[in-house]
Amino acid sequence: MAAEGKIRVLVAKPGLDGHDRGAKVLALALRDAGMEVIYTGLRQTAEQIATAAIQEDVDIVGLSCLSGAHMTLFPRVVELLRERGADDIQVIGGGIIPESDVPELRAKGTAAIFGPGSSMEEIVRYIQEHVPKNEADESD
Amino acid sequence: MRPMKATSATELVDRMLAGDQRALARLISRVEQDRAEVPAIMQRLYPELGKAYCIGITGPPGAGKSTVADKLTAQMRQLGMTVGIIAVDPTSPFSGGAVLGDRIRMQQHYLDDGVFIRSMATRGRYGGLSHTAKGVIKLLDAFGKDIIIVETVGVGQTELDIVETADTTVVILVPEAGDTVQAMKAGIMEIADLFVVNKADRDGADRMLMDLRMLVHMHAEADDWETPVLATQAHVNVGMTELYEAIQQHHTRLRETGQLTERRRAQRRRELLELLQHRLLTSILDRMDHDSALHDLVQQVQDATLDPYTAAQQILVSYTPSSS
Repeated sequence: MAAEGKIRVLVAKPGLDGHDRGAKVLALALRDAGMEVIYTGLRQTAEQIATAAIQEDVDIVGLSCLSGAHMTLFPRVVELLRERGADDIQVIGGGIIPESDVPELRAKGTAAIFGPGSSMEEIVRYIQEHVPKNEADESD
Repeated sequence: MRPMKATSATELVDRMLAGDQRALARLISRVEQDRAEVPAIMQRLYPELGKAYCIGITGPPGAGKSTVADKLTAQMRQLGMTVGIIAVDPTSPFSGGAVLGDRIRMQQHYLDDGVFIRSMATRGRYGGLSHTAKGVIKLLDAFGKDIIIVETVGVGQTELDIVETADTTVVILVPEAGDTVQAMKAGIMEIADLFVVNKADRDGADRMLMDLRMLVHMHAEADDWETPVLATQAHVNVGMTELYEAIQQHHTRLRETGQLTERRRAQRRRELLELLQHRLLTSILDRMDHDSALHDLVQQVQDATLDPYTAAQQILVSYTPSSS
């Protein structure tokens, strides 16, 4: 039987900024790379994002934040996923994130940060390399 | 590294039946991937099934299907019912990827434990989505949802197949989506239990309502259910109570006339045939990869040295179903 394991990604905009062009461009780039992208819209709380990630059973969550609140919001999403036993869902982040914030974000569980100047190709490649594409070989 | 991945299907089913959303979500993925353990999962769940009422919502892109699903869900939650939503969006035929955006309209329910939302892409497999969606409906049913809403763009046979799973099918049209001849030719007259003209404040809505009511009236056989035609503006919650009541009336009527049982019997038969069709085709395709004689037949058809009718005949004759 053909098992088809598509990479599923949640693209979410936590916090209050209303700019989602970047998130939409990313969603399209991921789609064009053959992934299934669940886009949840603007102004999401960390709780909403974690719930959506769990219900949609995504492999990875991509957070886009331009408001400067990333230091609170990104770790909060990681923490909520952990609390609900979903710490195998990776969290990555992008947006206007100063280089100096990256070590702390990474220490608090955000797996990768794509700050200003990152290309879509970089993000696509990261996801392709860090998500096991097919679970079909697993026996149970 | 990914602890959940290694969990066995049996354990996931137990956890799901105990109310674990994460286990439910993982099982849905396995059904979507058509994994080898799916028959075992379904066998386990089977005694738990048949409690949910399934509402199908279909219509052209932009008709407001997600918004209607969202508002209906809000009403049913107020009445204490739990809801599962399956939102289907098309897979890109070019990349195989998809952008699934129906959740955007359903944000009010994200933190409500009584609502479970799952987005699905059509994943262009040989008639695969239809039975996959039916599998997901079963999971949500076994999970204990009172109502399951399946929302899908109604543009092709696959979508109609999914909607045929529903107990009540709501077809949503909008004034700008062309005249009602579209409704006639797309075959949706036949599948609609309820028509909704959404965005009914727009130009042409009255005309569309009138035309639809006339069509429905002509289409209804004597003493049969005359499909209600409702006007709504879902984004501002206009007409939603009426829609909910109409669904209720349809449900009651199905139950009282015995049609609910009849419908579900027909659906189960159709589901079995679909599943057989899918399994047979996948199994033949698998064999073609390994059997050089079958592979040669395909080559000959590709090279135009053999007609497809003869080739299909030969493939079928040589085919003895395996147990895989």
